[in-house]
Amino acid sequence: MEEFGARFLDGSIIFAYGAMIISFALTVFRLLRGPTPSDRVVALDMLALLGIGFIGLFSISTGEYAFLDVAIALALVGFLATVAFARYVYKRALDEHHKHPPVDPGDGA
Amino acid sequence: MIDLVAGIVILIGALFSLIAGIGLFRLPDIFVRMHAATKAGTLGAGLVLLAIAVDSQDIGVVTRAIAGLVFLLLTAPVAAHLLGRAAYLSQAELWSETSIDELAGKYDADGRRLAGTPASRLQSGTDDNANPG
Repeated sequence: MEEFGARFLDGSIIFAYGAMIISFALTVFRLLRGPTPSDRVVALDMLALLGIGFIGLFSISTGEYAFLDVAIALALVGFLATVAFARYVYKRALDEHHKHPPVDPGDGA
Repeated sequence: MIDLVAGIVILIGALFSLIAGIGLFRLPDIFVRMHAATKAGTLGAGLVLLAIAVDSQDIGVVTRAIAGLVFLLLTAPVAAHLLGRAAYLSQAELWSETSIDELAGKYDADGRRLAGTPASRLQSGTDDNANPG
């Protein structure tokens, strides 16, 4: 039972590496292709999440748990990066609006 | 036994990560893609951290893994909310088969606040004297 458990864990780690690499490739496709800046930011957010996943898999397969600190830092910093990019998208939308204000049909005054 | 549980948790996490990647690749518009990336992606990374906590049997490692998981669950929804709002205000294109857009027409023209919000609620009541009655 013990040995089966260890072998099962090794197998699932290998499977998880494969699944995450495929997911990584699909995310990078969206990052390069994404029609709008928002799509690219979503892909960047997803890349940070996948990085945390990779770090977790690496530390569980090597027993090198010091990498967990990197995962925690990545969770916090990735959040800040996403917030900053969201602000950038928002500001750009506002600037566009001020340059080309849309006609407002509901303005009766 | 512990190895078995950790392996199963890792498998579930990896499947969620894969689903998030496929969703990000295939889904039609930015909001539906965010639905895949933020929920399934967070769960995928979080379950891997949970597997570390299950497997390590060391109180320091368990604490750090749980802390990472908590940070992830705290920050990901906030980032997703800000990003979704920014995307909506920048007039991101909705999928052609979207049936309900409950925010349509609800934002003021300059996009800073919901239309109909009294200005006093944003600017600490200074507008209350401007239009009495």
